[in-house]
Amino acid sequence: MGEISLGQYYPTNSILHRLDPRVKFIGTIVYIVSLFLVSGPVGYLCAALALFALVLLSKVPFRFILKSMKPIFFILIVTMLFNLFLTPGEELAHFLIFRITREGLVLALRMGIRLALLVMGSSIMTLTTTPNALTDGMERLFSPLKLIKVPVHEISMMMSIALRFIPILTEETDKIKKAQIARGADFDSGGLIKRLKSMIPLLVPLFVSAFRRANDLAMAMEARCYHGGTGRTQMKPLTYAKKDYCAYLITALFLALAIIFRVKGW
Amino acid sequence: MLIELKDVCYTYGTGTVYEVSALDHINLQIGEGEFIGIIGHTGSGKSTLIQHFNGLLKPTSGQVLFEGKDIWEEDYDLRSLRTHVGLVFQYPENQLFETDVLKDVMFGPKNQGLSEEDCRARAHEALSQVGIPEDLYGASPFDLSGGQKRRVALAGVLAMDPEVLILDEPTAGLDPGGRDELLREIRFLRDKRGITVLLVTHSMEDVAQYAKRLLVIDNGKIAFDGAPKRVFSHYKELEKMGLAAPQITYIMHALKERGLDVDLRATTVEEAKRSILLALSQRASEGR
Repeated sequence: MGEISLGQYYPTNSILHRLDPRVKFIGTIVYIVSLFLVSGPVGYLCAALALFALVLLSKVPFRFILKSMKPIFFILIVTMLFNLFLTPGEELAHFLIFRITREGLVLALRMGIRLALLVMGSSIMTLTTTPNALTDGMERLFSPLKLIKVPVHEISMMMSIALRFIPILTEETDKIKKAQIARGADFDSGGLIKRLKSMIPLLVPLFVSAFRRANDLAMAMEARCYHGGTGRTQMKPLTYAKKDYCAYLITALFLALAIIFRVKGW
Repeated sequence: MLIELKDVCYTYGTGTVYEVSALDHINLQIGEGEFIGIIGHTGSGKSTLIQHFNGLLKPTSGQVLFEGKDIWEEDYDLRSLRTHVGLVFQYPENQLFETDVLKDVMFGPKNQGLSEEDCRARAHEALSQVGIPEDLYGASPFDLSGGQKRRVALAGVLAMDPEVLILDEPTAGLDPGGRDELLREIRFLRDKRGITVLLVTHSMEDVAQYAKRLLVIDNGKIAFDGAPKRVFSHYKELEKMGLAAPQITYIMHALKERGLDVDLRATTVEEAKRSILLALSQRASEGR
């Protein structure tokens, strides 16, 4: 109850929250591309500063941005260690079989910074955009693909439905789990096989209910004459405002800057 | 006392921005063999309350005692508590999972560590108590009708032979016939097995007819606790909580206002009939 958060959206009212999701999506891609364009310390400093400015603009507490780092923290450390020890080059130090090279150190740092900025940068998009707005934006952005028969609308509808079902199924799981615990089920002890077996009383009812819900939803959609994307209009069509054009301009400038940095090798 | 709640508070989402207080200093004693109706509007905290009786939720503060022992003491066996306090959730048919009816009902006894034979015997007994005919024992629970599914799910809890049976809106979504039958079976179980029954419901009529004691939960607090007739006399206050007294209560009050001397405490159709006939015959004899 109330604890289930959809994605990681942080509800508040900032300029970034009000931007068109398309701008945020393209902005994020540009940011990621420029992270791979620049390779010198000045470039990374600029990227970090840009990120910092965005965080301030988004009004999202900084700890939420850091939280997004949690799932990839392990990968980040492993990547850095591999780069640190396995890059051949001028040796700086060694102990036992491990050698640290100058090139390895530089590469590890670069990788670490890149990954960290990449994850934090994209988390700003997910923190300031509701999943529904995001799928809407993507539908519009990818709509040219309809020309080559890609079912853009259907894909985005499937994404929205999937997202909508996450909290429902979480709640359902909780309910069924409690009902089985009340019948003496034990989900937390025993070996691997026993634990897997103990999941059956949870998974079977969950799948049954998921299918039932999917069926109900399909019927409700049919009853309202849903027939896919052709000729369908939106209740709140996305329109660009002045601030969105400004944001595009800033994004373009940022990209240009990154290209200059790349050429100059800063 | 069988079950005792001392100063129980429960808060959802402690430490987050979404903190909601669901139970607010609940003090409650439940004796053996009682038939208690629990009523409250949606979100009043009744579902949260009943999950405290078998240790599915841990109170944020306060104590829950079963037979005098604190169930949240460190070495208390919660799994055995759950076999003593059977909880049937809302729409319990959603928990069915086995390949046939009998196996599904045997799930509870099996978890109690009983032998295959004992489990089977318990399942047979429970299924016959809820009125499932023997030729359905081998059927898939998913092929049954809605009412049958619910009975099988109820049998699944009964087969654990609990001393306390808690039912969360067991009649929701059943037709009137199925509803009366299920409630009569529950009353029969209480009378025959001597188990304590706690019935969460929205129907004042059901409470009036079956329960001996009524708890009204409002906003996480116990608003009323007493015999249904006594509680229903506060029907004006009940209305303020988004609840209502049984229809009969309204009729009786209206008749009284129009000068017929009826018993205001009548809550069932049967009682009302007797009281009205009595009042009418009195009036007739006075008139003469």
